[in-house]
Amino acid sequence: MTTFQRHRLTPWLLMAPQLVIVLVFFFWPAFTALRQSLYVQDAFGLGETFAGLANFTRVLASRSYHEALFNTAIFSLSVALGAMALALLLAVMADRVLKAGRVYRTLLIWPYAVAPAAAGVLWMFMLDPTLGVMTRALTTLGIDWNFRLDGTQAMILVIIAAIWQQMSYNFVFFLAGLQGIPASLLEASAIDGAGPWRRFWTITFPLLSPISFFLLVMNTIYAFFETFGTIDTTTSGGPGGATRTLVYKLYQDGIVGLDLGGSAAQSVLLMLMVGLLTLIQFRYVERRVQYH
Amino acid sequence: MRYHRPGLDVAAHTLLIIGALAFMLPVILAVLASTQSPGTLFSGTLPLSFGTSGLDHYMTLLTEPVRGVGVPAWRLMLNSLLMALGIAVGKLTIAMLAAYALVFFRFPFRRCCFWLIFMTLMLPIEVRIVPTYGVVAELGLLDSYPGLVLPLLASATATFLFRQFFLTLPPELMEAARIDGAGPWRFFIDILLPLSRTNIAALFVIMFIYGWNQYLWPLVTITSADHATLVTSLKRLTIATDGTPPWHLATAMTVLALLPPVVVIILMQRWFIKGLVDTEK
Repeated sequence: MTTFQRHRLTPWLLMAPQLVIVLVFFFWPAFTALRQSLYVQDAFGLGETFAGLANFTRVLASRSYHEALFNTAIFSLSVALGAMALALLLAVMADRVLKAGRVYRTLLIWPYAVAPAAAGVLWMFMLDPTLGVMTRALTTLGIDWNFRLDGTQAMILVIIAAIWQQMSYNFVFFLAGLQGIPASLLEASAIDGAGPWRRFWTITFPLLSPISFFLLVMNTIYAFFETFGTIDTTTSGGPGGATRTLVYKLYQDGIVGLDLGGSAAQSVLLMLMVGLLTLIQFRYVERRVQYH
Repeated sequence: MRYHRPGLDVAAHTLLIIGALAFMLPVILAVLASTQSPGTLFSGTLPLSFGTSGLDHYMTLLTEPVRGVGVPAWRLMLNSLLMALGIAVGKLTIAMLAAYALVFFRFPFRRCCFWLIFMTLMLPIEVRIVPTYGVVAELGLLDSYPGLVLPLLASATATFLFRQFFLTLPPELMEAARIDGAGPWRFFIDILLPLSRTNIAALFVIMFIYGWNQYLWPLVTITSADHATLVTSLKRLTIATDGTPPWHLATAMTVLALLPPVVVIILMQRWFIKGLVDTEK
């Protein structure tokens, strides 16, 4: 690529806004978190003492952190697998009926635009213990539904709301991936006598595996971070911490509880987890599927 | 095609219709509930038709201070709109300029700048929420529009996309511009900007939705009703003070919160899909 070479100042003027924003609002907080995770603040917030890894051992040893870790694992796994399975099923169907596929695409992608917090409220209404439409159906089935009291039911509520919201994202990617699979491959296989079921598992599914892996990582990140609003508007992490995920605990300890050292250690641990996920993604998804 | 089975097409249409309806159901029920009088709603059976209250609850929300928030919903919508536009326009501007510098100029520490910016791809703001609060407090920007928008601009997805796009442009474009005596700003405004129209539209949709739907950061940084956003205020109506939330208002407020981004996504669907697939590549 040819470049503007004689301009010395211009590139820096162009870079300046982005660099300033990134340095001030990304690196400064990130380093503050790193630093604070190694210090303990005194009770009045006036002084701090170096504590080594004490914050980390305290966080990692606490039962509430273990519970949050467990909740996050259950939550993100359920959301990722649920939203991906549903999206794959619908995308395969939409890909079949190619001409009408666009109409269905419009009908299925809009939940992406709904705020996670709003998605939570929608499902909270349907599953309201006293007047929810679905609660009545569940009562008829003999299920005593009250997510305000039952931890498992609260978890199910936020999982459903998150799947409902995240499905559309996966649907867009699966549909794009499916449309990128050459028809000749499927035709050849059909001539060899393979039925639709067999064609899906021997050709379509393996060809979609890079995209599925990518979506698995993106869904996990979504479940980790963006669902804060879903949880906060519906269960506030309750009852009894049953829906308190790692980010929710970070918020409660750091912003509400003002435990700077502990929340900074949690931040650093979360950064490590996300960093690891991203690395795995870069390592294993070398060749992305063609979309166009 | 010899392997086509009409029976499967019928099954596919059936499944897709059921799926589309199932996904619409929560919103349909919320819209219906928002038009019912509180009495009907709390009697226990939600009628599957519009209620007698019509748009009354919406008018109440939009004109009178919302319970627990202190300002009417139109103000919340205005704040959400300002936040969403600020994030979308801000990100597009700084990303385009930075990508332009990275692709079309050679300068010292270029690679270093590249890595500084792209490291931000990995960590969303939720991870560093507490120290970000500290930084914004130190800058005296708590509870203000700049404090709301600026920290959310610190991500590189848009820069990455523009860089990818600029790299695909033929080098002759720039040769020609140089021979014609165009400087870097001329080239940017007359050639690059018009060529980037589709990418700008695509990213705008993604960023607008991202901005409008922000929850945790506004919750943490905004303390006065004057700057409160709509999505973050939803919780004020879902907290059950006496067992059941005021659902006639909560559903109406949720509809107000989801309508603008859903309208944007449906109207700009083509760009949205391009933007979504491109940003993650």
